[in-house]
Amino acid sequence: MAKLTDSNVFKWLDERVDLSPLTKLLYHKKVPVHSHTIWYYMGGVTLFLFIVQVFTGILLLMYYVPGENSAYESVQFILNKVSFGWLIRNIHSWSANLMILFAFIHMFSAFFTKALRKPRELTWVSGFILLLLGMFFGFSGYLLPWNELAFFATKVGTDIAGAVPFIGDWLKILLRGGDDVTGATLSRFFGFHVAILPAAFTIFLTLHLLLVQRQGMSEPDSFTKLPDEKKKYISFFPDFALRDFLLWLIVLIALLALTVFSPWDLGIKADSLASAPEGIKPEWYFMFMFQTLKYLPPHIWFIEGEVFGLLAFGAAGVIWMVLPFIKIKKKLLIESKYYFYIGVFAIAFIIIMTLIGYLS
Amino acid sequence: MKQDRRGFLNTLLGIGGIGAIASIIYPVFEFLLPPESREPTVSSIKAGAIDQYEVNSAKILKFGREPVILIRKDSGEFSAFSATCTHLDCIVQYRQDTKQILCACHNGHYDLKGRNVSGPPPKPLTEFKVSVINNEITISTMEG
Repeated sequence: MAKLTDSNVFKWLDERVDLSPLTKLLYHKKVPVHSHTIWYYMGGVTLFLFIVQVFTGILLLMYYVPGENSAYESVQFILNKVSFGWLIRNIHSWSANLMILFAFIHMFSAFFTKALRKPRELTWVSGFILLLLGMFFGFSGYLLPWNELAFFATKVGTDIAGAVPFIGDWLKILLRGGDDVTGATLSRFFGFHVAILPAAFTIFLTLHLLLVQRQGMSEPDSFTKLPDEKKKYISFFPDFALRDFLLWLIVLIALLALTVFSPWDLGIKADSLASAPEGIKPEWYFMFMFQTLKYLPPHIWFIEGEVFGLLAFGAAGVIWMVLPFIKIKKKLLIESKYYFYIGVFAIAFIIIMTLIGYLS
Repeated sequence: MKQDRRGFLNTLLGIGGIGAIASIIYPVFEFLLPPESREPTVSSIKAGAIDQYEVNSAKILKFGREPVILIRKDSGEFSAFSATCTHLDCIVQYRQDTKQILCACHNGHYDLKGRNVSGPPPKPLTEFKVSVINNEITISTMEG
């Protein structure tokens, strides 16, 4: 393949704006080849799904009208009247779920290959913030079609947020735009979903990608121990990037297959005077927390069970985020024997609680 | 002395900077908190004629901004409760088969006196007063 730098367009631009920092960023990185190389692709897939979200989200914006009396109707219009509307809306829903799934896979693969060790602590922190923002993206987007399931899931979700000590009531009103879930909540969630979150996400994503590109790929212990002559690398650009694109294509095909064969149901329109239907469930990535809260007794010591659960999840989240900095007896937690078991426990907890949530 | 002047100016600039940030953040946060609703508080509503309601059935009605469930029991008597589940804010329903009030979100049950009998609800439902005058039903708060 001809080098990008050989093209006339490149030379024309380079003469005027000096593209060397850009080419350095692109060409200096090498990707190690070993039995765990597959995990290097997970972040790329997450990025691709985010790009799909931005693209389909912008298209949906052309027809979506927020508001108690227009949101549901406009989504119905997109699905039934607009050419390929069903396709765009379903890709957006599926891609959102897959993006969170791949973000989780990416995070745990970074955990188990110990990629968060020095000097990549900030990459881990920014990645975790991106996951939280992604989950909030999902939570806010879930309400936008204004259907019954989303309405009650939002009622429950924001009510749980109201149990946060000290700032709970304030947080609930801030999220709901009032005392209850109403059209004001919908306007607010729309604002979060299409303005505030994209802006915040872009900042952290840029930071995350710049760090990855500058620091290069983390090498697992099994690879660093190898003698130099046995270490195999491929260049990031174009070799790894082309493999990345190929995988993106496969993911796109999978996304289209899911969209065509398993489209999302719009359900019935939200009615604030209708009884909650059976089977109200949060989106799957909140299920493990939601299920845990259900198991807590009404009171633990002197605090309410729910508040205790929220504080515990909050603390676990903070610990998880600062994991690369934690030292026990002057030794980094990552280098201790407990590290592996913490990851196994976290995965097992998430999977088991999620399954119980769906099966019970 | 020169350093002192620099230090003094830095402090001044710092205070000014914090003041500037606070003067931006405070109105933004206040803006995000919605103004108090000016809707008048409702103390009673008319719920129509008795014959609109079959025995062993219920209906959810709007009491100001709050949903209220009006139940006609087997005995023909009426009772009304707040329809908002005390657990996580879902709206409850009347089950004709078990003659209980159910919150389908997390399977919470209340009896026909509004008491939380099983499931996660921590408190009973708030009861409303139902009075029937000339076949017309009126629901009002317990305080009247």
